[in-house]
Amino acid sequence: MTTQAALAIEDINAERVLDGDAARKPARSRFAMERVNWSGTIVLVLCAFTVLIPLYVTISMAFKTQGQAVDGNAFSLPAPWSIEGFVAAWELTDFPRAFTISLLVTAFTVAGTIILAALASFAISRNWDRKLFRYSFYYLLAAMFLPFPVVALPQIQLTGLAGLDNPVGVTILHIMFQLSFSILLFTAFLRSIPAELEESARIDGATTWQTFWRLVFPLLAPMSATVGIFAFLASWNDFMMPSLIISDPASQTLPVVQNIFQTQFSNNYNVSFASYLMAMAPAIVVYLFTQRWVMEGVTQGAVKG
Amino acid sequence: MATTTATLTVPKTGRRARAASMPRTRRRVDGVYYLFLLPTLILFTLAITIPAVIGIFFSFTDSIGFGDWEFVGLINYVAVFTDPAILQSYLFTFGFAAVTVVVVNAAAFLLAVGLVSRVRWKTGLRAIFVIPMVISGIIIAYVFNFLFSNSVPALGQAWGIPWLSESILANPDLAWVAIVIVTAWQAIPGTLLIYIAGLLSIPGDVYEAADIDGAGKMQQLLRITLPLVAGYVVINVILGFKNFLNAYDIIVGLTNGGPGTATRSIAMTIFTGFSGGDYAYQMANATIFFVIALILSLLQLRLTRGRNVF
Repeated sequence: MTTQAALAIEDINAERVLDGDAARKPARSRFAMERVNWSGTIVLVLCAFTVLIPLYVTISMAFKTQGQAVDGNAFSLPAPWSIEGFVAAWELTDFPRAFTISLLVTAFTVAGTIILAALASFAISRNWDRKLFRYSFYYLLAAMFLPFPVVALPQIQLTGLAGLDNPVGVTILHIMFQLSFSILLFTAFLRSIPAELEESARIDGATTWQTFWRLVFPLLAPMSATVGIFAFLASWNDFMMPSLIISDPASQTLPVVQNIFQTQFSNNYNVSFASYLMAMAPAIVVYLFTQRWVMEGVTQGAVKG
Repeated sequence: MATTTATLTVPKTGRRARAASMPRTRRRVDGVYYLFLLPTLILFTLAITIPAVIGIFFSFTDSIGFGDWEFVGLINYVAVFTDPAILQSYLFTFGFAAVTVVVVNAAAFLLAVGLVSRVRWKTGLRAIFVIPMVISGIIIAYVFNFLFSNSVPALGQAWGIPWLSESILANPDLAWVAIVIVTAWQAIPGTLLIYIAGLLSIPGDVYEAADIDGAGKMQQLLRITLPLVAGYVVINVILGFKNFLNAYDIIVGLTNGGPGTATRSIAMTIFTGFSGGDYAYQMANATIFFVIALILSLLQLRLTRGRNVF
């Protein structure tokens, strides 16, 4: 089966994921009328509590006073609701600073990954007959087989020597580790764009540069969204790389600064949980607004890649 | 990390792909294409290839990360293979990865079967199940750390259950269970979404035919559903296993390798190389780990090749 045909099938799958089993209902409903599976629903709702309880504890602990947080039961609601934890966490972790650093690292990782991977994928897929481009593809893909721990030590050493033991160095490494997967997604998608489209642009006198930015890049938008979501999650939530690469504790990212609650202030649970909540909330909010894309992206990422 | 949920489809080099991209006469490559590709190639080489080569090179020396060094041949490798601390970290990491893969796939598959059946609040439930995927591993590990060391023992004492009354994280024999639970909590969503895609790709008339032939629900699950999503199981198992071998964030947040060194993962031992002056030695360890990862990746390519669903 050719790549194009496989992609077509997968497109349908991705849509079906979003619509639930809508596509299957008409065929089956002739047999079993729309009867709701209540026992299944109850089991799933109970399972959902295993997801919600840690989140509930985080929120309720964050809004407690210090006295309540130390003495009380973790599962009880705050009484009264208090924001003293947030005030203290804001200052202890220097939240505005850590948040800004995380935001910049993540934003540049997302933008850098999309642009570099899209440009490279376009060059590769349109010059597949040339050895340089074909081998570059396999070369860039090889990093998928390379776990970060394997190259971590020399990278710590070299970023230190190059003066990149800071958020800039982490951004570059985040982009580089996203490249393989992103190029894989982009090249698969580029193969499905009919050559006639680009030929007609060229006949109208567009250069390769113009063809890419005016025609191909906009066409890549759905795949760019998928690539961007993966880059966002990997970069925003990463702990391993910044904790090892960034040498100055004052320029650490949001997940890494949370470790002060393990060493100091370890009994101020309301403060630490307020801090955790502030660190995880942005990703959850982004997720709630982009749910469809996130789910579609994961499915495509796994199925298409 | 989500990155590695990709599987590799090598582009078809057959006639069709060539015909699409290659004009009849050999053309000149527009110079701008080099401009598109070269920055990425150069950055990638500087950031990944050169460190990898340097690291492997130093694994044959006695370097401590800076200063003078000498070639020592394979001494580091011999030492790695006989180092009980490193062997223990491999044993722990592989055992942990194997158990977690089974737990994650079993749970994700059953949840996926539930979510594509005729249940209520399907969209809302799915949205909730996916949340753990978007939360940072270290932070969720800190939250669970509190639950395991404070809340659960408190409940155990209140209910008078002795084995619940002590923190599981302080028990060298059971701390790994906590790590499996939290890792599974975070890894289930991605696996679940892939299984949902797999289940929805099964045409409904297969089940109709089974209904007519009088197959029960359990029989349908085992004889129809499971074989038809076998490819998705393979991919989820291999990708999950590879991911779990890199375990770091969640362990740091829960036990930091303890109690003692009971839950120290391979990644954690490698990283001790920088602070502990064992640079060359741990690079030998990292190189061995790389070879293992490479073998698993080749296995993945072999098992998934030719399946059009991937």
